[in-house]
Amino acid sequence: MTRCNPISILFAMLVLFAGAHNAAAAELPGASVYRLDIALVDQDGHGFRLGERRAKPVLVSMFYTSCQFVCPLIIDSLRKTQAALARDGGAKIDVLLVSFDPQRDTPARLKQVFAERKLDASWTLARTDAASVRKLAAVLDIQYRALANGDLNHSSAITLLAGDGRILARTDKLGEVDAEFVDKARAAR
Amino acid sequence: MRALASALLLLATQATGAEYLPLPGGTFASVLPADAKDADVIVLPFRLRTEPVTNAEFLAFVNAHVEWRRDHVASVFAEARYLSHWQSADALGANALPAQPVIQVSWFAAQAYCESEHARLPTWSEWEFAAAADATRSDARKDPAWREQILSWYSRPSGTALANVGGPANFYGVRDVHGLIWEWVDDFNALLVASDSRDQNDPDRLKFCGAGALNLRDRENYAVLMRVAMLSSLKAADTTNNIGFRCAMPAEAPR
Repeated sequence: MTRCNPISILFAMLVLFAGAHNAAAAELPGASVYRLDIALVDQDGHGFRLGERRAKPVLVSMFYTSCQFVCPLIIDSLRKTQAALARDGGAKIDVLLVSFDPQRDTPARLKQVFAERKLDASWTLARTDAASVRKLAAVLDIQYRALANGDLNHSSAITLLAGDGRILARTDKLGEVDAEFVDKARAAR
Repeated sequence: MRALASALLLLATQATGAEYLPLPGGTFASVLPADAKDADVIVLPFRLRTEPVTNAEFLAFVNAHVEWRRDHVASVFAEARYLSHWQSADALGANALPAQPVIQVSWFAAQAYCESEHARLPTWSEWEFAAAADATRSDARKDPAWREQILSWYSRPSGTALANVGGPANFYGVRDVHGLIWEWVDDFNALLVASDSRDQNDPDRLKFCGAGALNLRDRENYAVLMRVAMLSSLKAADTTNNIGFRCAMPAEAPR
Protein backbone atom coordinates (compact mmCIF):
# COMPACT_ATOMS: atom_id res chain seq x y z
CA MET A 1 0.00 0.00 0.00
CA THR A 2 1.28 3.44 -0.89
CA ARG A 3 1.26 6.00 1.80
CA CYS A 4 0.35 9.51 0.88
CA ASN A 5 3.21 11.76 1.81
CA PRO A 6 1.89 15.30 2.19
CA ILE A 7 5.30 16.71 1.33
CA SER A 8 5.44 14.86 -1.98
CA ILE A 9 1.88 15.90 -2.81
CA LEU A 10 2.83 19.48 -2.10
CA PHE A 11 5.92 19.05 -4.24
CA ALA A 12 3.89 17.57 -7.10
CA MET A 13 1.48 20.49 -6.89
CA LEU A 14 4.36 22.93 -6.99
CA VAL A 15 5.81 21.21 -10.06
CA LEU A 16 2.41 21.32 -11.77
CA PHE A 17 1.98 24.95 -10.87
CA ALA A 18 5.45 25.86 -12.10
CA GLY A 19 4.80 23.92 -15.32
CA ALA A 20 1.54 25.76 -15.97
CA HIS A 21 3.26 29.03 -15.28
CA ASN A 22 6.07 28.32 -17.72
CA ALA A 23 3.59 27.27 -20.40
CA ALA A 24 1.89 30.66 -20.05
CA ALA A 25 5.23 32.44 -20.35
CA ALA A 26 6.14 30.39 -23.42
CA GLU A 27 3.09 31.72 -25.29
CA LEU A 28 4.27 35.30 -24.83
CA PRO A 29 6.40 36.96 -27.51
CA GLY A 30 10.04 37.58 -26.52
CA ALA A 31 9.45 41.32 -26.60
CA SER A 32 6.50 41.11 -24.20
CA VAL A 33 6.73 43.27 -21.07
CA TYR A 34 4.70 40.48 -19.41
CA ARG A 35 7.84 38.31 -19.47
CA LEU A 36 8.60 40.32 -16.35
CA ASP A 37 6.75 38.30 -13.74
CA ILE A 38 6.32 40.63 -10.77
CA ALA A 39 3.70 40.66 -8.00
CA LEU A 40 1.57 43.78 -7.55
CA VAL A 41 -1.18 44.85 -5.15
CA ASP A 42 -3.99 47.16 -6.30
CA GLN A 43 -5.87 49.94 -4.49
CA ASP A 44 -8.34 47.41 -3.08
CA GLY A 45 -5.55 45.28 -1.61
CA HIS A 46 -5.94 42.53 -4.24
CA GLY A 47 -2.71 40.85 -5.29
CA PHE A 48 -2.10 40.16 -8.98
CA ARG A 49 0.81 39.43 -11.29
CA LEU A 50 1.84 41.75 -14.09
CA GLY A 51 0.27 40.27 -17.21
CA GLU A 52 -2.32 38.27 -15.31
CA ARG A 53 -5.10 40.58 -16.53
CA ARG A 54 -3.82 40.50 -20.08
CA ALA A 55 -5.76 39.99 -23.32
CA LYS A 56 -6.83 43.64 -23.67
CA PRO A 57 -4.51 46.54 -24.52
CA VAL A 58 -3.60 48.72 -21.55
CA LEU A 59 -1.95 52.09 -20.91
CA VAL A 60 0.86 51.72 -18.37
CA SER A 61 2.73 54.42 -16.50
CA MET A 62 4.44 55.02 -13.16
CA PHE A 63 3.90 57.71 -10.49
CA TYR A 64 3.93 58.30 -6.75
CA THR A 65 1.15 59.86 -4.75
CA SER A 66 3.13 62.40 -2.70
CA CYS A 67 4.54 64.02 -5.84
CA GLN A 68 3.81 67.75 -5.96
CA PHE A 69 5.00 68.58 -9.44
CA VAL A 70 4.47 66.61 -12.62
CA CYS A 71 2.65 63.54 -11.28
CA PRO A 72 -0.87 65.04 -11.16
CA LEU A 73 -0.30 65.75 -14.84
CA ILE A 74 0.30 62.06 -15.52
CA ILE A 75 -3.22 61.20 -14.37
CA ASP A 76 -4.60 64.13 -16.41
CA SER A 77 -2.71 63.00 -19.51
CA LEU A 78 -3.88 59.40 -19.13
CA ARG A 79 -7.47 60.57 -18.69
CA LYS A 80 -7.30 62.76 -21.81
CA THR A 81 -5.75 59.92 -23.79
CA GLN A 82 -8.53 57.58 -22.66
CA ALA A 83 -11.14 60.17 -23.73
CA ALA A 84 -9.50 60.71 -27.12
CA LEU A 85 -9.48 56.96 -27.71
CA ALA A 86 -13.14 56.52 -26.71
CA ARG A 87 -14.31 59.39 -28.93
CA ASP A 88 -15.11 57.04 -31.82
CA GLY A 89 -17.45 55.05 -29.61
CA GLY A 90 -14.95 52.42 -28.51
CA ALA A 91 -14.82 51.09 -24.98
CA LYS A 92 -12.58 52.84 -22.46
CA ILE A 93 -9.03 51.50 -22.50
CA ASP A 94 -7.70 50.22 -19.17
CA VAL A 95 -4.97 52.08 -17.27
CA LEU A 96 -2.35 50.58 -14.96
CA LEU A 97 -0.43 53.11 -12.86
CA VAL A 98 2.33 51.66 -10.66
CA SER A 99 3.95 53.54 -7.78
CA PHE A 100 7.70 54.23 -7.54
CA ASP A 101 7.29 54.54 -3.79
CA PRO A 102 6.36 51.22 -2.12
CA GLN A 103 7.13 52.59 1.34
CA ARG A 104 4.51 55.31 1.39
CA ASP A 105 2.08 54.17 -1.29
CA THR A 106 0.13 51.54 0.61
CA PRO A 107 -3.11 50.18 -0.91
CA ALA A 108 -5.00 52.53 1.48
CA ARG A 109 -3.09 55.54 0.16
CA LEU A 110 -3.69 54.43 -3.45
CA LYS A 111 -7.40 54.01 -2.66
CA GLN A 112 -7.48 57.55 -1.29
CA VAL A 113 -5.98 59.00 -4.49
CA PHE A 114 -8.30 56.80 -6.55
CA ALA A 115 -11.25 58.47 -4.80
CA GLU A 116 -9.79 62.00 -4.79
CA ARG A 117 -9.13 61.90 -8.52
CA LYS A 118 -12.55 60.30 -9.15
CA LEU A 119 -11.10 57.41 -11.15
CA ASP A 120 -13.39 54.69 -12.50
CA ALA A 121 -13.15 50.92 -12.84
CA SER A 122 -10.93 51.17 -15.93
CA TRP A 123 -8.10 52.33 -13.62
CA THR A 124 -5.77 50.22 -11.49
CA LEU A 125 -3.39 51.95 -9.10
CA ALA A 126 -0.80 49.47 -7.87
CA ARG A 127 2.29 49.03 -5.76
CA THR A 128 5.06 46.43 -5.79
CA ASP A 129 8.34 45.81 -3.91
CA ALA A 130 11.39 48.04 -4.44
CA ALA A 131 13.32 45.54 -6.59
CA SER A 132 10.31 45.03 -8.86
CA VAL A 133 9.81 48.81 -9.20
CA ARG A 134 13.37 48.99 -10.54
CA LYS A 135 12.71 46.17 -13.03
CA LEU A 136 9.37 47.54 -14.22
CA ALA A 137 10.92 50.99 -14.76
CA ALA A 138 13.71 49.26 -16.67
CA VAL A 139 11.34 47.51 -19.13
CA LEU A 140 9.32 50.70 -19.56
CA ASP A 141 12.51 52.77 -19.98
CA ILE A 142 11.60 55.13 -17.14
CA GLN A 143 14.31 56.69 -14.95
CA TYR A 144 13.75 57.49 -11.28
CA ARG A 145 15.80 58.38 -8.26
CA ALA A 146 14.82 58.68 -4.60
CA LEU A 147 16.14 61.84 -2.96
CA ALA A 148 17.18 62.30 0.65
CA ASN A 149 14.10 64.41 1.48
CA GLY A 150 11.65 61.72 0.35
CA ASP A 151 10.97 63.24 -3.07
CA LEU A 152 11.63 61.27 -6.21
CA ASN A 153 12.98 62.51 -9.49
CA HIS A 154 11.62 60.60 -12.43
CA SER A 155 11.07 60.72 -16.14
CA SER A 156 7.52 60.22 -17.33
CA ALA A 157 6.27 58.01 -20.09
CA ILE A 158 2.96 56.46 -21.06
CA THR A 159 3.33 53.08 -22.72
CA LEU A 160 0.61 51.28 -24.65
CA LEU A 161 0.86 47.51 -24.27
CA ALA A 162 -0.87 45.06 -26.59
CA GLY A 163 -2.89 42.24 -25.04
CA ASP A 164 0.21 40.04 -25.21
CA GLY A 165 2.40 42.68 -23.56
CA ARG A 166 4.25 43.99 -26.62
CA ILE A 167 4.98 47.73 -26.56
CA LEU A 168 2.81 49.30 -29.31
CA ALA A 169 3.45 52.96 -28.61
CA ARG A 170 5.15 55.23 -26.11
CA THR A 171 4.97 58.92 -25.38
CA ASP A 172 6.64 61.26 -22.92
CA LYS A 173 4.38 64.18 -23.82
CA LEU A 174 2.53 65.31 -20.72
CA GLY A 175 -0.36 67.69 -20.17
CA GLU A 176 -1.69 67.40 -23.70
CA VAL A 177 -2.81 64.47 -25.82
CA ASP A 178 -0.09 63.10 -28.09
CA ALA A 179 -1.99 62.72 -31.39
CA GLU A 180 0.54 60.31 -32.88
CA PHE A 181 0.31 58.11 -29.81
CA VAL A 182 -3.50 58.11 -29.98
CA ASP A 183 -3.39 57.16 -33.68
CA LYS A 184 -1.16 54.20 -32.89
CA ALA A 185 -3.40 53.17 -30.01
CA ARG A 186 -6.50 53.38 -32.26
CA ALA A 187 -4.84 51.26 -34.92
CA ALA A 188 -4.04 48.65 -32.30
CA ARG A 189 -7.61 48.18 -31.07
CA MET B 1 40.95 38.75 15.69
CA ARG B 2 40.04 40.77 12.63
CA ALA B 3 42.33 38.58 10.51
CA LEU B 4 40.60 35.49 11.86
CA ALA B 5 37.18 36.95 11.09
CA SER B 6 38.13 37.76 7.53
CA ALA B 7 39.71 34.33 7.10
CA LEU B 8 36.44 32.74 8.24
CA LEU B 9 34.46 34.95 5.89
CA LEU B 10 36.74 33.93 3.05
CA LEU B 11 36.14 30.24 3.81
CA ALA B 12 32.39 30.77 4.01
CA THR B 13 32.13 32.55 0.68
CA GLN B 14 34.52 30.23 -1.15
CA ALA B 15 31.96 27.48 -0.71
CA THR B 16 29.71 29.32 -3.20
CA GLY B 17 32.60 30.06 -5.56
CA ALA B 18 32.64 33.82 -5.35
CA GLU B 19 34.34 35.92 -2.73
CA TYR B 20 32.52 38.86 -1.13
CA LEU B 21 34.31 41.24 1.23
CA PRO B 22 32.74 43.66 3.72
CA LEU B 23 32.94 47.41 3.06
CA PRO B 24 32.12 49.78 5.93
CA GLY B 25 30.05 52.40 4.08
CA GLY B 26 29.44 55.75 5.74
CA THR B 27 28.81 59.34 4.74
CA PHE B 28 30.15 59.73 1.24
CA ALA B 29 30.62 62.66 -1.13
CA SER B 30 29.11 61.13 -4.26
CA VAL B 31 29.23 62.90 -7.61
CA LEU B 32 25.44 62.41 -7.51
CA PRO B 33 24.30 64.34 -4.41
CA ALA B 34 21.56 62.79 -2.26
CA ASP B 35 19.28 65.83 -2.56
CA ALA B 36 20.13 66.50 -6.23
CA LYS B 37 22.07 69.58 -5.08
CA ASP B 38 25.02 69.05 -2.75
CA ALA B 39 24.23 66.65 0.13
CA ASP B 40 26.43 63.65 0.89
CA VAL B 41 24.92 60.19 0.46
CA ILE B 42 24.81 57.64 3.27
CA VAL B 43 26.14 54.26 2.17
CA LEU B 44 25.09 51.43 4.50
CA PRO B 45 27.66 48.72 5.28
CA PHE B 46 27.60 46.13 2.48
CA ARG B 47 29.58 43.27 0.95
CA LEU B 48 31.01 43.46 -2.54
CA ARG B 49 32.13 40.69 -4.87
CA THR B 50 35.90 41.10 -5.03
CA GLU B 51 36.06 40.40 -8.77
CA PRO B 52 33.80 40.95 -11.78
CA VAL B 53 31.91 37.88 -13.02
CA THR B 54 33.94 35.88 -15.55
CA ASN B 55 32.93 34.16 -18.81
CA ALA B 56 33.36 30.76 -17.11
CA GLU B 57 31.07 31.77 -14.25
CA PHE B 58 28.46 33.19 -16.59
CA LEU B 59 28.59 30.05 -18.77
CA ALA B 60 27.86 27.91 -15.70
CA PHE B 61 24.95 30.25 -14.93
CA VAL B 62 23.34 30.04 -18.38
CA ASN B 63 23.78 26.26 -18.38
CA ALA B 64 21.87 26.08 -15.09
CA HIS B 65 19.30 28.73 -16.08
CA VAL B 66 18.64 28.04 -19.76
CA GLU B 67 16.24 30.96 -20.09
CA TRP B 68 19.37 33.14 -20.04
CA ARG B 69 21.13 31.32 -22.91
CA ARG B 70 21.49 33.64 -25.89
CA ASP B 71 19.30 31.35 -28.01
CA HIS B 72 16.53 31.30 -25.37
CA VAL B 73 16.54 34.75 -23.81
CA ALA B 74 13.46 36.96 -24.24
CA SER B 75 14.28 40.03 -26.34
CA VAL B 76 12.67 42.28 -23.73
CA PHE B 77 15.52 41.28 -21.38
CA ALA B 78 18.51 41.22 -23.76
CA GLU B 79 19.11 42.61 -27.22
CA ALA B 80 20.44 40.59 -30.17
CA ARG B 81 24.13 41.22 -29.36
CA TYR B 82 23.79 39.51 -25.96
CA LEU B 83 26.80 37.14 -25.52
CA SER B 84 27.39 37.40 -29.28
CA HIS B 85 31.17 37.11 -28.78
CA TRP B 86 30.77 33.57 -27.44
CA GLN B 87 31.38 30.76 -29.92
CA SER B 88 27.89 29.36 -29.36
CA ALA B 89 25.03 29.49 -26.87
CA ASP B 90 26.84 27.03 -24.59
CA ALA B 91 30.54 27.37 -25.50
CA LEU B 92 32.95 30.26 -24.95
CA GLY B 93 35.44 29.82 -27.82
CA ALA B 94 38.55 31.84 -28.65
CA ASN B 95 37.02 35.30 -28.22
CA ALA B 96 35.85 34.69 -24.67
CA LEU B 97 38.48 33.20 -22.40
CA PRO B 98 37.21 31.60 -19.17
CA ALA B 99 38.95 34.04 -16.81
CA GLN B 100 38.11 37.18 -18.76
CA PRO B 101 35.25 39.26 -17.37
CA VAL B 102 31.94 38.55 -19.11
CA ILE B 103 30.77 41.42 -21.32
CA GLN B 104 27.85 41.85 -23.77
CA VAL B 105 25.41 41.22 -20.93
CA SER B 106 22.23 43.19 -20.30
CA TRP B 107 21.20 44.69 -16.95
CA PHE B 108 18.46 42.07 -16.64
CA ALA B 109 20.91 39.22 -17.23
CA ALA B 110 23.39 40.70 -14.74
CA GLN B 111 20.64 41.09 -12.15
CA ALA B 112 19.51 37.47 -12.70
CA TYR B 113 23.09 36.22 -12.31
CA CYS B 114 23.49 38.08 -9.02
CA GLU B 115 20.20 36.63 -7.77
CA SER B 116 21.68 33.17 -8.48
CA GLU B 117 24.45 34.05 -5.98
CA HIS B 118 21.76 35.27 -3.53
CA ALA B 119 23.06 38.75 -4.24
CA ARG B 120 22.09 41.80 -6.26
CA LEU B 121 23.88 44.39 -8.36
CA PRO B 122 25.60 47.09 -6.27
CA THR B 123 23.90 50.47 -6.22
CA TRP B 124 25.71 53.35 -7.90
CA SER B 125 26.64 54.76 -4.47
CA GLU B 126 28.08 51.41 -3.37
CA TRP B 127 30.09 51.05 -6.58
CA GLU B 128 31.35 54.64 -6.35
CA PHE B 129 32.27 54.12 -2.67
CA ALA B 130 34.40 51.08 -3.55
CA ALA B 131 35.86 52.88 -6.58
CA ALA B 132 37.07 55.85 -4.51
CA ALA B 133 39.83 53.70 -2.97
CA ASP B 134 43.33 53.16 -4.29
CA ALA B 135 45.72 50.51 -2.98
CA THR B 136 46.38 52.22 0.35
CA ARG B 137 43.64 54.83 0.93
CA SER B 138 39.85 54.49 1.25
CA ASP B 139 39.36 57.75 -0.64
CA ALA B 140 42.07 58.74 -3.09
CA ARG B 141 39.83 60.87 -5.28
CA LYS B 142 41.55 64.17 -4.52
CA ASP B 143 44.93 62.85 -5.65
CA PRO B 144 45.65 64.22 -9.16
CA ALA B 145 48.14 61.43 -9.90
CA TRP B 146 45.53 58.76 -9.14
CA ARG B 147 42.91 60.50 -11.27
CA GLU B 148 45.41 60.70 -14.12
CA GLN B 149 46.13 56.99 -13.85
CA ILE B 150 42.45 56.08 -14.15
CA LEU B 151 41.86 58.47 -17.01
CA SER B 152 44.75 56.93 -18.92
CA TRP B 153 42.81 53.65 -18.97
CA TYR B 154 39.79 55.31 -20.58
CA SER B 155 41.99 56.73 -23.32
CA ARG B 156 43.33 53.30 -24.24
CA PRO B 157 41.99 51.93 -27.56
CA SER B 158 39.09 49.54 -26.99
CA GLY B 159 40.23 47.06 -29.65
CA THR B 160 42.76 45.36 -27.38
CA ALA B 161 41.78 42.07 -25.72
CA LEU B 162 40.52 42.23 -22.14
CA ALA B 163 42.85 41.03 -19.40
CA ASN B 164 41.76 38.27 -17.05
CA VAL B 165 40.09 39.32 -13.81
CA GLY B 166 42.34 39.43 -10.75
CA GLY B 167 44.15 42.75 -10.99
CA PRO B 168 45.73 44.37 -7.92
CA ALA B 169 43.48 44.68 -4.84
CA ASN B 170 42.40 48.11 -3.63
CA PHE B 171 42.24 49.26 0.00
CA TYR B 172 39.19 47.05 0.62
CA GLY B 173 40.56 43.98 -1.19
CA VAL B 174 38.34 44.60 -4.21
CA ARG B 175 39.88 44.10 -7.66
CA ASP B 176 39.39 45.46 -11.19
CA VAL B 177 37.14 48.38 -10.22
CA HIS B 178 39.16 50.54 -12.61
CA GLY B 179 41.13 49.57 -15.66
CA LEU B 180 39.26 46.51 -16.95
CA ILE B 181 35.56 47.00 -17.78
CA TRP B 182 32.55 49.23 -17.14
CA GLU B 183 30.03 47.76 -14.72
CA TRP B 184 26.25 47.67 -14.44
CA VAL B 185 24.75 49.00 -11.22
CA ASP B 186 21.33 48.19 -9.75
CA ASP B 187 20.02 51.73 -10.13
CA PHE B 188 21.56 52.51 -13.54
CA ASN B 189 18.19 54.06 -14.42
CA ALA B 190 18.41 56.40 -11.42
CA LEU B 191 21.25 58.49 -12.80
CA LEU B 192 19.04 61.21 -14.20
CA VAL B 193 21.33 63.70 -15.77
CA ALA B 194 19.96 66.36 -18.06
CA SER B 195 21.49 66.06 -21.51
CA ASP B 196 22.12 69.78 -21.32
CA SER B 197 22.95 71.11 -17.87
CA ARG B 198 21.41 74.49 -18.72
CA ASP B 199 18.03 72.75 -18.48
CA GLN B 200 18.52 72.03 -14.80
CA ASN B 201 15.75 73.29 -12.55
CA ASP B 202 13.86 74.73 -15.50
CA PRO B 203 10.21 74.50 -14.39
CA ASP B 204 9.04 74.39 -18.01
CA ARG B 205 11.01 71.27 -18.62
CA LEU B 206 8.76 68.30 -17.93
CA LYS B 207 11.14 65.49 -18.69
CA PHE B 208 11.85 64.93 -15.03
CA CYS B 209 9.24 65.07 -12.31
CA GLY B 210 10.29 66.41 -8.93
CA ALA B 211 13.24 68.63 -8.33
CA GLY B 212 14.57 68.45 -11.87
CA ALA B 213 17.65 66.70 -13.10
CA LEU B 214 20.64 66.11 -10.90
CA ASN B 215 23.40 68.53 -10.28
CA LEU B 216 26.77 66.88 -10.52
CA ARG B 217 29.39 67.51 -7.89
CA ASP B 218 33.13 67.18 -8.21
CA ARG B 219 33.13 67.95 -11.91
CA GLU B 220 36.89 67.41 -12.13
CA ASN B 221 36.38 63.71 -11.48
CA TYR B 222 36.00 62.95 -15.19
CA ALA B 223 36.58 59.22 -14.87
CA VAL B 224 33.57 58.77 -12.57
CA LEU B 225 31.43 61.24 -14.51
CA MET B 226 32.09 59.27 -17.69
CA ARG B 227 30.66 56.20 -15.95
CA VAL B 228 27.54 58.13 -14.98
CA ALA B 229 27.09 59.45 -18.51
CA MET B 230 27.55 56.01 -20.04
CA LEU B 231 25.23 54.20 -17.61
CA SER B 232 22.51 56.83 -17.91
CA SER B 233 22.54 56.44 -21.70
CA LEU B 234 21.83 52.69 -21.60
CA LYS B 235 18.57 50.78 -21.63
CA ALA B 236 18.20 47.67 -19.49
CA ALA B 237 18.26 45.24 -22.43
CA ASP B 238 21.35 46.87 -24.00
CA THR B 239 24.70 45.11 -24.11
CA THR B 240 28.07 46.58 -25.05
CA ASN B 241 31.52 45.13 -25.64
CA ASN B 242 32.92 46.74 -22.51
CA ILE B 243 30.20 46.49 -19.88
CA GLY B 244 30.21 43.61 -17.41
CA PHE B 245 29.27 43.51 -13.73
CA ARG B 246 29.95 42.32 -10.19
CA CYS B 247 27.41 41.68 -7.42
CA ALA B 248 26.83 42.96 -3.88
CA MET B 249 25.06 41.82 -0.72
CA PRO B 250 23.90 43.49 2.47
CA ALA B 251 26.35 43.37 5.38
CA GLU B 252 26.18 40.23 7.49
CA ALA B 253 24.03 40.61 10.58
CA PRO B 254 26.22 41.11 13.68
CA ARG B 255 26.47 37.98 15.81
